[in-house]
Amino acid sequence: MPVADTIPRPRIGLFVTCLVDLFRPVVGFAAVKLLEESGCVVEVPALQTCCGQPAFNSGDIADAKAIAKQVIASFEGFDYVVAPSGSCGGMLKEHYPELLADEPDWALRAQHLAARTYELIAFLHDVRGMTKVEAAYADSVTYHDSCSGLRELGVKTQPRAMLRSVAGVAITELPGAETCCGFGGTFCVKYPEISDKMVGEKAADILKTGAGTLLAGDIGCLMNMAGKLKRLAMEEGARKIKVRHVAEVLAGMTEDAPPIGESS
Amino acid sequence: MIHSTSNAFKANAHDGLANPTLQSALAKMKVGFPNRRSEAIARLPEFDALRDRSRDIKNHVLENLDWYLERFEARVREAGGLVHWARTPDEARAIILGICKRLDAKIVTKGKSMISEEIGLNGFLAANGIEPVETDLGEYIIQLRNETPSHIIAPAVHLTKAAIEADFRRVHTHLDAKRDLTEPATLVAEARGILRQRYFQADVGITGANFLIAETGSSVIVTNEGNGDLTQLLPKAHVVIASLEKIVPTLEDASTILRVLGRSATGQEMSVYTTFSTGPKREADLDGPREYHVVLLDNGRSALLGTEFQDILRCIRCGACMNHCPVYAAVGGHAYGWVYPGPMGAVLTPSLIGVENAKHLPNASTFCGKCESVCPMHIPLPKMMRHYRVREWRQNLTPRGARLGLGIWAWTAKRPGIYHALTSMAMRVLGWLGRRHGSFFNLPLAGGWTATREFPAPQGQTFQAQWARRQRAMGRT
Repeated sequence: MPVADTIPRPRIGLFVTCLVDLFRPVVGFAAVKLLEESGCVVEVPALQTCCGQPAFNSGDIADAKAIAKQVIASFEGFDYVVAPSGSCGGMLKEHYPELLADEPDWALRAQHLAARTYELIAFLHDVRGMTKVEAAYADSVTYHDSCSGLRELGVKTQPRAMLRSVAGVAITELPGAETCCGFGGTFCVKYPEISDKMVGEKAADILKTGAGTLLAGDIGCLMNMAGKLKRLAMEEGARKIKVRHVAEVLAGMTEDAPPIGESS
Repeated sequence: MIHSTSNAFKANAHDGLANPTLQSALAKMKVGFPNRRSEAIARLPEFDALRDRSRDIKNHVLENLDWYLERFEARVREAGGLVHWARTPDEARAIILGICKRLDAKIVTKGKSMISEEIGLNGFLAANGIEPVETDLGEYIIQLRNETPSHIIAPAVHLTKAAIEADFRRVHTHLDAKRDLTEPATLVAEARGILRQRYFQADVGITGANFLIAETGSSVIVTNEGNGDLTQLLPKAHVVIASLEKIVPTLEDASTILRVLGRSATGQEMSVYTTFSTGPKREADLDGPREYHVVLLDNGRSALLGTEFQDILRCIRCGACMNHCPVYAAVGGHAYGWVYPGPMGAVLTPSLIGVENAKHLPNASTFCGKCESVCPMHIPLPKMMRHYRVREWRQNLTPRGARLGLGIWAWTAKRPGIYHALTSMAMRVLGWLGRRHGSFFNLPLAGGWTATREFPAPQGQTFQAQWARRQRAMGRT
């Protein structure tokens, strides 16, 4: 038996996230591919739906707790829980323990889950030591740091480091990369005018970089920015920008789906 | 207390977004302040350690507030001053009016004070025949315009230089109409020239306080114009108006927090003037007021102690949260509708006037977390906004449509079988409808989004549906 096979491979519970599940399945498959390449076994619990953040951030604690418990119970047997999103990852890692703090038995289970939960790219890079990928993508790219991943989970250097190993990619830094795009979950529908002002400024910054592709690690932010960029291209003749989740590029799966908001 | 338009936040924000002067001022502000702060912090390696220390100092004070307040009062008395306790804005105003009347005051000069705004002091004094004269340049400008501050450290930040020049020409009619006012320095000099005489006419000088020091009974103000010193030294009486959480135990503690205050606020290592005042003029002093009063305002703050909102009482009013807030930078401070704007206002306003009177403020945040990351006192602002959202949900203040939509979504999200069946069907339909264009120009229930943004179409089949099929094909269930 080869040595590699004698090292137990960690079992990963993939927390797909609702937006990837519904809108951008290719990101889920890219996550599976990357995790498997890093030597993990990936499973996808069928009982997952959403992390409950919409309820939590709307003040609906009862529903948020019910959904959190459902997630905790579904992911208890895994070595690690990995999500292709800093926002959902942050919910599991930072907010479940706080949300369930007043129920001691669940609080403990939430803490155990939190300790094993990671955002996808940070997990690959920091835990699995995966600093390089075998992929090619021929375009100049710029990268937006989604807020929760950046400020709750410290995702900043890892995606850039891994992107540098993709053949053909040239990274142009986005000025104001750490400024919120204005998505904010329900914020974008509750305060659309303010959200639009924020994403409008973000789009202007993206266009100024001259990059052909915008990448980030959260589908919510990506849909917001892709939607704005495309409308600007349609109505104001702005340059077309391809928008993708960073995992699609790292997994070499950009042929599997058109950019976000584009048709095949 | 002054009137609030916080519940009209959406309309206020709409006006702010459509105001070109405001937008041009905000565009400058949101770059200038953060750049200056980060440059200042880069020069101070111990900045984060000072933040931790500052947080600990204030936490200690809040845990022992009664003790420090009484100690402060005792020291003020020993120094020959008086402390007045005001539970409400009404009580604070009555105390100040009493002092002014006893001294037969006609003109009152004022240093910058947000507590004065909170209790609506200027309007009240004017209604009682006393003329309040704001001496901070920003406050002076907005007093000319009959406005309220739009920022806690830069009250006139919503204005451009051109707008201010126009106001000066409109009001200062005794000056040469052909004078040159194109440089900021000329505007400052003009205001200074006018204010100079007012300092000597004033009978009472009112300032705020950045700190009250329990060990010495001193009040501390920081300014960049020196106006505070003239306000408090020249009149017969110096009245300090401050809220009770401004207490710090010692001079050493004040200097620790001063080191994070200036850098967080304007990127200055220190403000140009930091003035410590202890009691009235002593016999050997050449200058100083004959009377020294401190009016300590509670106005609901003590009720926050021991609650999930206690941490907001650590706030030192540096303004870093609003300087870095993308929502503030989009709509400006007036949109928030009451005294305190931005993230700290989104927590403090509902705390002081009731969340039912400030329903939008805790909601108008993307929870991007930038405010908390720059707060020198480590105040968990997004977390406290969320606590207010919980209160709104419990008190049925959350808008009905949002509640209904969320209820339906949560009902299905708690039932994975139904959820996957429904979403799988819905995404197939949506994916099919969007297959040509790749996105939607118009989508029912998402009109706010699609008015200005395309809504990206889903790929079609959900991940879960595809995964289940793949597992079956591979002989796994």
